Amino acid sequence: MYRYGTETTVRLINRRASAVGAAPVTAGVTVRRGTGAALLLMAPFFAVFALAVLAPIGYAIYLSQFAQRASGLGFGGLHSVWVGLDNYRRVLTDSTYTSSYLHVLLYAVVAVPLVLGLSVVIALALDSAYALGRRAAQLGLFVPHLVPGVIAALIWAYLYTPQVSPVVKALSSWHVHIEPLGPGFTYPSLINVVLWESLGYNIVIYYASLQAIPREMAEAAVVDGAGEWRTAWHIKLPLIRSAVALTAIFSAIGAMQLFAEPLLLSTAGSTGISQDWTPNLYAYTAAFTRNNDYGAAAAASIILAALAAGLSYVVTRFGKPWRQA
Amino acid sequence: MSLSRTEPAPSGAAAPTRARGRSGRRRIWTPSRAAVNTLLLVVSFYTFFPLVWTVFAGAKTAGAVQTGDVLSLRNFNIVGNLRLLWSFQDGIYGRWFLNSLLYAGVGAGVGALICVAAGYAFDKYEFPGKERLFGLVLLGVLVPSAATTLPLYLLAAKAGLVNTYFAVLIPSLVNPFGVYLARVFSAGYVPNETLEAGRIDGASELAMFVKLGLPMLRSGYTTILLFQFSAIWNGFFLALVMLTDQHLFPVSLGIYELNTSLSSEGPALLPVVMLGSVVAILPLVVIFVSLQRFWRAGLTAGSVK
Repeated sequence: MYRYGTETTVRLINRRASAVGAAPVTAGVTVRRGTGAALLLMAPFFAVFALAVLAPIGYAIYLSQFAQRASGLGFGGLHSVWVGLDNYRRVLTDSTYTSSYLHVLLYAVVAVPLVLGLSVVIALALDSAYALGRRAAQLGLFVPHLVPGVIAALIWAYLYTPQVSPVVKALSSWHVHIEPLGPGFTYPSLINVVLWESLGYNIVIYYASLQAIPREMAEAAVVDGAGEWRTAWHIKLPLIRSAVALTAIFSAIGAMQLFAEPLLLSTAGSTGISQDWTPNLYAYTAAFTRNNDYGAAAAASIILAALAAGLSYVVTRFGKPWRQA
Repeated sequence: MSLSRTEPAPSGAAAPTRARGRSGRRRIWTPSRAAVNTLLLVVSFYTFFPLVWTVFAGAKTAGAVQTGDVLSLRNFNIVGNLRLLWSFQDGIYGRWFLNSLLYAGVGAGVGALICVAAGYAFDKYEFPGKERLFGLVLLGVLVPSAATTLPLYLLAAKAGLVNTYFAVLIPSLVNPFGVYLARVFSAGYVPNETLEAGRIDGASELAMFVKLGLPMLRSGYTTILLFQFSAIWNGFFLALVMLTDQHLFPVSLGIYELNTSLSSEGPALLPVVMLGSVVAILPLVVIFVSLQRFWRAGLTAGSVK
């Protein structure tokens, strides 16, 4: 039986787990032949992987243990000093860094359920017998996913600007006054951009999951007298649980990595989004604007990478709901 | 209406699907039908309104956009905007666009091939430590690329590669998830018997990959390429940290920098930002619409149970 896109990561983890004991899918036919060829075929990937993933991480770990100190009386310029874990201590006790995690946490607590909940409802609607124009809707709703995040944020920043935006104008003519670029709208404005970008993507994934539910199941429910609504709620929804759980993980990890959207909104008005509002922005700012503090930038990046990898590993490895699905 | 099944997930047989079109018997507007379609209409409006607004804004004068006169039939300046887009700063926008094509085209074209080769090898060969090596690939999937971008910059700065095409191109080649997908595709699309037959005929292992494996993995390759292409085309963070020479910018970074400069330079180039955004979105939309079956396959792949 087939499952869907985002489940792949879990499947990878499962496969990895089973690989320790169990034989891989194709065992039996292939034997230990052509190991040389196998390594040759893998070489290009591992070469660029080592160059662009492993080496940078290793270098960042190294760099995170050094700090720039002025020498002697401050005349000889800066030089590197080994400081051990001091950069980590410095970053972790910097309230700006810790609050950047608080920001993404608060953001995720609202955004993830909102995006996923709406996507599920719309996917179920699209899958119901009532929906018209399914194919066009599915294709059309996917389009925002094809818009670069920074351009999506840019478009919305204009749509948030009072003099420019038809939305703000229309609302104020109905006596609803909003100020999307004001400090009171930090989270709604940001969440809206991400909602717009990711709604269609999630819908398409859920819709694909719904499409693969065996026909007999839904038909049996109808024979038993369940209407469309009850079928959707009691039969279909539980069956796409695993897809939903997985997109939830991806959305949560996406939240930790937020960068382009808050960066753009931070310059668009007085949104209350500072130059180091998310962990990624913090590391970026440390490296580029705060006296090239590479030690702190490296430490901040390493912490973020470890947290994100740890989170997704723990959730996919030990998480329950999707294991039996 | 019947919804054509898209590319079958790897390893054959399509899962049983509920037949579409059974609803054709009744076209009465019940409250349920009205509710469902109203919801879809509202969502479609939410999705398309910003896009339509941007298309209009790209066709209007700067003044019209600034005063909020976008969704009207006045103040169009399409030809002028297009001319400005291709000519300002000696045609730098065209350069950005070509750069994006280069980064995404070469990055995804070569990157997907690298993935397919590795995924095929993981699927078809057994050797000691294989699964441990695959675990390393999975680690690459789990560590978000955004978290390694800054370390990548620090390393590139040390190596003197900052501000070169390679600084963006080399990291773009890496796609651990693509290796995983390729392994799944290989398990589904390349029968082991074919390779056995090839071996009996005395073909070398590498020749079999090129002549047997690769052609069978064509659709898998296209799927991986498609997703990698869109990821690189939409990428921003990597280019932002690596590049300061605007002749090397991809289009997303170029538009961002241009938009940032408007606050100090004045709105003369505002139409360029708008029209430039529209033009920057177009290639992906065209590619995804024309290659639907492949990206749908990507979303439903990884599904061999």
